Amino acid sequence: MIIDAIKNGIVIDHIAAGKAMELYQILGLGELDCSVAILKNVVSGKLGRKDIIKIDRDLDLDWDIIGYVDPNITVNIIKDGERVEKRQLKMPETITGVIHCKNPRCITSVEQELPQVFKLTDRANRVYRCRYCEAKAAKSGNL
Amino acid sequence: MENVRSLIDILELSVEEIDGLVATATDIIANPAAYAHKCDGRILATLFFEPSTRTRLSFESAMLSLGGQVLGFSEAASSSAAKGESVADTVRTVSCYSDIIAMRHPKEGAPLVASMHSTVPVINAGDGGHNHPTQTLTDLMTIHHEKGRFENLTIGFCGDLKFGRTVHSLISAMSRYRGTRIVLISPEELKLPSYVKKEVLQRCGIEYIQTTDLEAVMPQLDILYMTRVQRERFFNEEDYLRLKDSYILTAEKLWNAKEDLSILHPLPRVNEISVAVDRDPRAAYFKQVRYGRYIRMALILKLLGIN
Repeated sequence: MIIDAIKNGIVIDHIAAGKAMELYQILGLGELDCSVAILKNVVSGKLGRKDIIKIDRDLDLDWDIIGYVDPNITVNIIKDGERVEKRQLKMPETITGVIHCKNPRCITSVEQELPQVFKLTDRANRVYRCRYCEAKAAKSGNL
Repeated sequence: MENVRSLIDILELSVEEIDGLVATATDIIANPAAYAHKCDGRILATLFFEPSTRTRLSFESAMLSLGGQVLGFSEAASSSAAKGESVADTVRTVSCYSDIIAMRHPKEGAPLVASMHSTVPVINAGDGGHNHPTQTLTDLMTIHHEKGRFENLTIGFCGDLKFGRTVHSLISAMSRYRGTRIVLISPEELKLPSYVKKEVLQRCGIEYIQTTDLEAVMPQLDILYMTRVQRERFFNEEDYLRLKDSYILTAEKLWNAKEDLSILHPLPRVNEISVAVDRDPRAAYFKQVRYGRYIRMALILKLLGIN
């Protein structure tokens, strides 16, 4: 299968197999008017299988969201057909407006205009907790 | 507001600050007259969005004993929350009428939201099953007065360790002291949640054991923190009936306890401590209520910046 190389844009690589659509949705890539290619279950020496997203335009992505979904993802910035930057992501200390607290006893369940803020409380186990009630966030696959 | 100090979670206070509060509360007990006018002209607002007798009266008694005054409401129905007002708007308004706020709310995180919008200090007086830092301060004050120290104590927690917020908070607070040893006594159905064991006990390197047999571990304990086993927590009546009597503390069950054991309970008690135990000098749970008032006085002074 051949997908054209991009000239100026972004390649999001090493996405865990099956996670590309989730990332596509939370980054709002469906709203772009440029070409966006999603490659699923690509053979990978490192991961066995992986997903890749290619975006045919240079744009400012929310790196924190990508780091939250999977800090092992790599982001390559392409300019004039060459990779000019390879970004290593890290898990953000806080994420706002991405995950919603599912705890029915949380104040956010009745005051919906409050910003949904989650804090990283256990980096090793990738645990985020609600700023208000400290309920554990659902895994990123259940946004 | 960033320049105003509130208290939402007990862990916001350092061990040194807790020592300072205990020292102030101890001095208040010794010299109440010296503190009787410390808060003259100051107003405490008690915003209780759900009913509470003990905590609200303790806060009110604390402020009145400092010479201050009190206003507020004791249920959401008598507040503008019943009209749909947000916590942020309520607290912005009440900040204009008072110098400090004590808030109880059924929704977890509501006092934190209040503290983000208040121009005066906010004290969390209980937010659902989440935090209740002044109960923990009360427990710590009692432990310090009964044992003379926080270090090297073996504390048994008995009863409902799964849903009891006071248990989780006190375990977190005591995990900061050297030599703390925790004994968890509960039925299988009400064991301490694994995240508390993992994120508090194991992370702090605290030695702990779990058991279902209170009498077997009784001789080890310096402090026994009793809680109520609640019928509604069980999936079937049979299990409740089978287990409930195991965790009623009677005078007979204290036969092998240390002579200087201290028995604590956050109250209210239903039947989990036999009335006969009240006469035992090791029963500290009514003294605990008294200490609650003094430690709240000390906290009010600290948050208002009054020496």
